[in-house]
Amino acid sequence: MNWGIITSSVEGLRTRGDDLQKRIRSLRRRLTLLLAVVGPGIITSNVDNDAGGISVYTQAGAQYGYALLWSLIPMTIALYVTEEMCARMGVITGKGLSDLIREEFGFRSTFFVMVIGFFVDLANVVAEFAGVAAAMQIFHVSKYIAVPVAAIIVWVLVLRGTYRQVEVIFLFACVLYLSYLFSAILAKPDWFEAAKHTAIPNLRFESGYLVMLTGLIGTTIAPWQFFYLQAGFVEKKVNPRQYPQARADVLVGSVSCMVIVFFIIVCTAATLYTSGHRDITDAAQAAQALIPLAGKGAGILFAFGLLNASLFAASILPLSTAHVICEGLGFEAGIDHKFSEAPIFYWLYTILIGVGAAIVLLPHAPLWKILIFSQVGNGIWLPVVVIFILLLVNRRDLMGDYVNTTTFNIIAWVTAVAMIVLTLVLTYTALFQTAPPAG
Amino acid sequence: MQLYATELMGAEAYDAQGNFVGRVREFFIEPAEQPNRISHFLLSRGKFQPLMARHDQVASLAPGTMRLSVGERALALYEPNESLLAVQKDLLDQQIIDISGRKVVRVNDVDLMEQRNNGNVELRLTQVDVGLPGAVRRLLQGVISPGVIRKLQSRLPQRVIRWEFVNLIEPDPLRRVKLRITHEKLEDLHPADLAEIMEHLSAAERQGIIASLDEETAAAVLAELDARLTTQIVEKLDPGKAADILEEMAPDAAADVLGGLSKETSDELLEEMPGQEADEVRGLLTFDPATAGGMMNPEFVFVGEGSTRDEVLQWMRGQELNFDQLDTIVLLDSAAQFSGTVPVARLLLAVPEQQMGELKTEPLLSVPADADETEAFELFDKYNLRMLTVVDQDNRPIGTITVDDVVSRLVKK
Repeated sequence: MNWGIITSSVEGLRTRGDDLQKRIRSLRRRLTLLLAVVGPGIITSNVDNDAGGISVYTQAGAQYGYALLWSLIPMTIALYVTEEMCARMGVITGKGLSDLIREEFGFRSTFFVMVIGFFVDLANVVAEFAGVAAAMQIFHVSKYIAVPVAAIIVWVLVLRGTYRQVEVIFLFACVLYLSYLFSAILAKPDWFEAAKHTAIPNLRFESGYLVMLTGLIGTTIAPWQFFYLQAGFVEKKVNPRQYPQARADVLVGSVSCMVIVFFIIVCTAATLYTSGHRDITDAAQAAQALIPLAGKGAGILFAFGLLNASLFAASILPLSTAHVICEGLGFEAGIDHKFSEAPIFYWLYTILIGVGAAIVLLPHAPLWKILIFSQVGNGIWLPVVVIFILLLVNRRDLMGDYVNTTTFNIIAWVTAVAMIVLTLVLTYTALFQTAPPAG
Repeated sequence: MQLYATELMGAEAYDAQGNFVGRVREFFIEPAEQPNRISHFLLSRGKFQPLMARHDQVASLAPGTMRLSVGERALALYEPNESLLAVQKDLLDQQIIDISGRKVVRVNDVDLMEQRNNGNVELRLTQVDVGLPGAVRRLLQGVISPGVIRKLQSRLPQRVIRWEFVNLIEPDPLRRVKLRITHEKLEDLHPADLAEIMEHLSAAERQGIIASLDEETAAAVLAELDARLTTQIVEKLDPGKAADILEEMAPDAAADVLGGLSKETSDELLEEMPGQEADEVRGLLTFDPATAGGMMNPEFVFVGEGSTRDEVLQWMRGQELNFDQLDTIVLLDSAAQFSGTVPVARLLLAVPEQQMGELKTEPLLSVPADADETEAFELFDKYNLRMLTVVDQDNRPIGTITVDDVVSRLVKK
């Protein structure tokens, strides 16, 4: 008997086993590496689908059916391009966007960016709490109960948690957006028609259609999100070597955000548009109108989606704003600090939530005007922030070899200019039209 | 007189004949000459090349105006110089480390003190302003008159840091040398405070600081830092320097750092370390981090149970012992197996001829190296331990776990 052969084959088996083990270990290692980075991109993009955003998508579907779906692809690109630059800056410099603005453009520029940011974000927070109130009305809960409870939940969630716990809750909230997927399926849309309109652009030169298109893009890309995204990567201490994972995070975030928008538009197009309920003005109305058309389940899922989105954005917006202002002006910031270590941070955070919720509770609150103000504010603030980003990301002394390539710069500037023009148009129409053009 | 950098930025400069020369756009310190004297002023002249006024060419300074003691022709043309510290570019709005307050802060303004020196006026940088008064000056300068700003800011609470306690953060090592930035003062801070400071900096800045600290301080700081940051920093260090730092760390801390690195980097660093230390760390790396073996320190003090108190003291005085390990002494029986522990406090109170075996703590506690870490935690909790001995399968002590290991693991959970 040839023992040599047997031992060598046993040897072979063992090495194969070791190989497998090694491969499993490297897979696990890669997974933990990925999880150490993932979060900011996915969270930020999904928060874009906030109360105001969902209202606009609902209207787009109700008024124009599937016709506006094609705009989602260029929007995904614009979202990705702008967010990627911030992610890259955060990872490479290890500094937040407001830190960089302060260091490179001085105190005064920073101060004005921060002051505008505070008021615009406050208006956005009010819009989110208005979204909570509207969604809870469908569940027959008075806003005088729903909004204070929501405000307290949001406040406690962030103050009592560490960054990682809060991030896990936020990632879970991203999953809840899938309720729109189910309400779209329940609405039994014409999937072939939807796919066709997504792939083939369908530009109509009617003023109503153009205003809706502008609104769609304007609400999707909000200026505060850049600060939040960059701070997220800084706070996670993602280093340049992990940059590919960070980029993947941003990509997945931008795409998933747009997939949700797709389902919202498809859902309302298949029901409200087809049955002639085309004069819907907000998401809560849409949820109400869905119940007789697509069943109670679809309506409730839709309202639940709105509630989730509003709560989600209401917890992130004040947090991000307080962060940005403190970073820029040199105060301690971050939820990993205690109240006594970062008092200004926590006060700003509390004021944003408290005042935001209180305005919604005023008996004759001009909520509609505040929504418009938040959109106008975003429109004025966005160009400033995007230009700062483009100037910073091209600085070789900050970014080294990670500055934009020429091609990327062309795409980025075109995107920026298009976004700026569109938001200015949106701002103009919001200011000078009598009816609410887009939420 | 007290002046502020903000008040002088943009000041109009006139030469000895009273002719307008340009506007002050920047001042410089030459750290190689004097650490706090403003050595040069940059005067911009629109489309012409800017001029540099030296400190000995200045006759007087006031908010908004500067008079030179020489004619315009005596001034040199401006040329970029890396060994000059630019107040506006390198200091204002940048982050610095406040040594006295032990934290990272952002500079709002810089306070200057006027000093007469044979007919000239010199400016000395006395302190940096990180509070509201500086912020108000920056915001309102040029909008309302300096007098009103001064009145306004005098009512606000001050937050200033004396220049001696300011440590600049410069990631570029060459520039650091040119600007004479040392991190000696940082070495006086407690490693835990320094680790906290590092958490607030960017990756390049952290790297710069660790690379310039002495190995002992660097080792202490790395042991206190968040594990992910430690891995990032060690990966980027020059392998020789990294091995020197690891050598200074306690073997269990070094094993924790190496465990987070890739196999190749870890092996490379172990190669660079001296044989005995490397072997200790290699031994520790074979244990699963979540077991008693994975958290123990293999360096501990052990004596035979038959020796007397004085013999032990005598022996210990002759050894180079680390105080951290000198809390409890492990006893061995004649078979070199674990036979108990004696807290050093008991040695203090014992009589000279007392045998070590009579001093040991009851009950006899030890934990096998492959036991889960929670088992160790429970023993610490139940018996209020400060130290626990880890034994191998033959009941021979191979390391000890101290209460600080337990606390830091529990906090991380």
